[in-house]
Amino acid sequence: MTTVTDTMEHVDGHHDHHDHHADHKMTGIKRWLLTTNHKDIGTLYLWFSFIMLLTGGAMAMVIRAELFQPGLQIVEPDFFNQMTTVHGLIMVFGAIMPAFTGLANWMIPMMIGAPDMALPRLNNWSFWILPFAFGILLASLFMEGGGPNFGWTFYAPLSTTYSNGSTAFFVFAVHIMGISSIMGAINIIVTIMNMRAPGMTYMKMPLFVWTFFITAYLLIAVMPVLAGTVTMVLTDTYFGTSFFDAAGGGDPVLFQHIFWFFGHPEVYIMILPAFGIVSTTIPAFCRKPLFGYSSMVYATASIAFLSFIVWAHHMFTTGMPLAGELFFMYCTMLIAVPTGVKVFNWVATMWRGAISFETPMLFSIAFVILFTIGGFSGLMLAMTPVDFQYHDTYFVVAHFHYVLVTGSLFSIFAAVYYWLPKWTGHMYDEKLGKLHFWCSMISVNVLFFPMHFLGLAGMPRRIPDYALQFADFNKWVSIGGFAFGLSQLIFLALVIKCIRAGKQAEAKSWEGAEGLEWTVASPAPYHTFATPPKVD
Amino acid sequence: MSNKDYETYYVPEQSHWPIVGALALFLIAIGAGSYVANLDTGEGVGGYILLAGIALIVYMMFGWFSNVINESMAGKYSAQMDASFRQGMSWFIFSEVMFFAAFFGALFYARMLSVPWLGGEGNNYETWNVLWPEFQAAWPLIKTPDGSTTTGMGWYGLPLINTILLLTSSVTAHFAHVALENNKRASLKFWLASTILLGTVFLILQVVEYQHAYADLDLTLASGIYGNTFYMLTGFHGMHVTLGTIMLIVMFLRVMKGHFTPENHFAFQATSWYWHFVDVVWVLLFVFVYIL
Repeated sequence: MTTVTDTMEHVDGHHDHHDHHADHKMTGIKRWLLTTNHKDIGTLYLWFSFIMLLTGGAMAMVIRAELFQPGLQIVEPDFFNQMTTVHGLIMVFGAIMPAFTGLANWMIPMMIGAPDMALPRLNNWSFWILPFAFGILLASLFMEGGGPNFGWTFYAPLSTTYSNGSTAFFVFAVHIMGISSIMGAINIIVTIMNMRAPGMTYMKMPLFVWTFFITAYLLIAVMPVLAGTVTMVLTDTYFGTSFFDAAGGGDPVLFQHIFWFFGHPEVYIMILPAFGIVSTTIPAFCRKPLFGYSSMVYATASIAFLSFIVWAHHMFTTGMPLAGELFFMYCTMLIAVPTGVKVFNWVATMWRGAISFETPMLFSIAFVILFTIGGFSGLMLAMTPVDFQYHDTYFVVAHFHYVLVTGSLFSIFAAVYYWLPKWTGHMYDEKLGKLHFWCSMISVNVLFFPMHFLGLAGMPRRIPDYALQFADFNKWVSIGGFAFGLSQLIFLALVIKCIRAGKQAEAKSWEGAEGLEWTVASPAPYHTFATPPKVD
Repeated sequence: MSNKDYETYYVPEQSHWPIVGALALFLIAIGAGSYVANLDTGEGVGGYILLAGIALIVYMMFGWFSNVINESMAGKYSAQMDASFRQGMSWFIFSEVMFFAAFFGALFYARMLSVPWLGGEGNNYETWNVLWPEFQAAWPLIKTPDGSTTTGMGWYGLPLINTILLLTSSVTAHFAHVALENNKRASLKFWLASTILLGTVFLILQVVEYQHAYADLDLTLASGIYGNTFYMLTGFHGMHVTLGTIMLIVMFLRVMKGHFTPENHFAFQATSWYWHFVDVVWVLLFVFVYIL
């Protein structure tokens, strides 16, 4: 951490500080409401997603408390269903996606040497839609008849014929979330296409930027399809259409096709940026360049392409024609190839590296191992005949929590630890960070690993009560769940502590860190790269 | 790109328009939600909240675009900024394409798969035999499995006239653009006004067609999957034509005020792209909804 040679560049980065219109920062709430600054907006996204993580986490605690032992004890089954539904919606759209957008906002302009995002006002709008959208979603829980109770996948006819009175609110909340995502994605694409510093060709971009670039394309391609899906749910429920009703010539399975055409790329929207993050942190803490950069880029693009032709693997039990089942099975298994390339490259990056185990690295290594477990269980689910047994059991729940919690969420933790010094200007408390890691690491496996066994033994998902033979594993799962939930309070304390005080961070906070963001001071000045740096 | 292109990239000051826009979308979502949820009773103030939200978003657009226009006229924008706007608009139109793709997907699925399956095709003989043995698979689906009937909309007559109108309007929009690029202002105004006129007539005829469908053909939004796809596709297309026409009118007013130069006319370009996009969607609609 002693090789700081960037003072000149960082002064250069904001030398015309006082000529610039947007340089004066407003104070108080106005700064945050009216801001056009990518760093402010990134901070807003990150805090919002953390609040949503705790909100959705609290709902998970309700679920685990109810499932602690067999029988109905704490909540009504209908409320249980609302909890699983809103937990899923909040974690997907409120926690993981905004956290990635926040990281994109903070880091992409600094990584490509741009003064800000390409469309700064649109950026602010994209963010401020979200609190309103989730306000509506959460408010619907308190309406007469309760909130959405049909699962985050809102399958028809649960969301149409059998839904409660608040479905319209759910639909319009999803609509405005979608608007937010599409505008955010357009901003990311335009920023990357148009704002790179001179000399930064596409194949010189940090892999982090590449993964967000490809993710943004996935978003603009599938969020409108989600909007179409919820619109059809709305008209089926309230305007007498029969898109998803066989009596009128439609088909409930049509819902699943359209939904998963959105939903499968959506899961890659939540994991590709994670690939970008660990592809940044692992080389930094191994003090080696990323192994196979260009193969990483092509692998990311291949996964994105394949994500559009695998959606029906969520629907093997709907009675598709055999040719369809075979097609979707083989395409799904094909995804293992580019994903394998990635895992191989991360391990090869670590091979003979001078590795040190700071908290971001710990989370990154945990990511590689645990995400791979989630990937392997995905491969099991991809096999059609096997999926007939696993479908809608806790095995599926275990699978997607391994990729979303120990995958996406762990990568977000790695990213936050890695860049906290750049954001706050302080080093975080390494001891507390390691405590957070080990508490999370152990509890998350106690939480999700036994779910595999429960699923294989036949415990269905989305039920508030279960047969007695599942009692022991469920008890352990719940204990792991409570411990994992509490562990996140350590993280909250650590972040607050780091913002308030701590060892002064150097511009290049990590010895092995590479990239333009480490050439500016820590904390990063309010405006960076008003004049773009030259990249060789 | 040379270093110089970047130095002028304009990062705007704090703006209150985005938060006004977010509030407007909130009012729209909560108003529309409560209006729709209370549709059967007709109670509640949802409709008014919805209208307030729409009014607020119109106000926001007016204010926000005024800001952008003033900044542009003041020469604050670089070629790079222009590229940002153009790329942003292109990808927005792409996202609109995907929105229509969802409804076209539903149409193709119903025609190619779900309706034939309900008629017993493939291995679905028992489904048909047990559930609706009277049902005959056909398209347009004028008799649904549960027995409600409707009439198919022909492609000749109004739809054909509308196709000709909209295709012509795409040509006139292009002529207007060429006139702008050659700095022929009178010609620009003429072609732009023609485009607006054609778009407006299209919309009026669309309303006439809907009235005819509801009154004479008994073809409604609730007429099974045929009516569903017919109205959702043509309806969303009509909303996009309405928006496109409003955009063209704004462009016309700006042309009258002397805005746009042959080199610098992003807003005009974007409107023109949008107009061509709704035109292409209509051609697909005409083929797949009306003719086939």
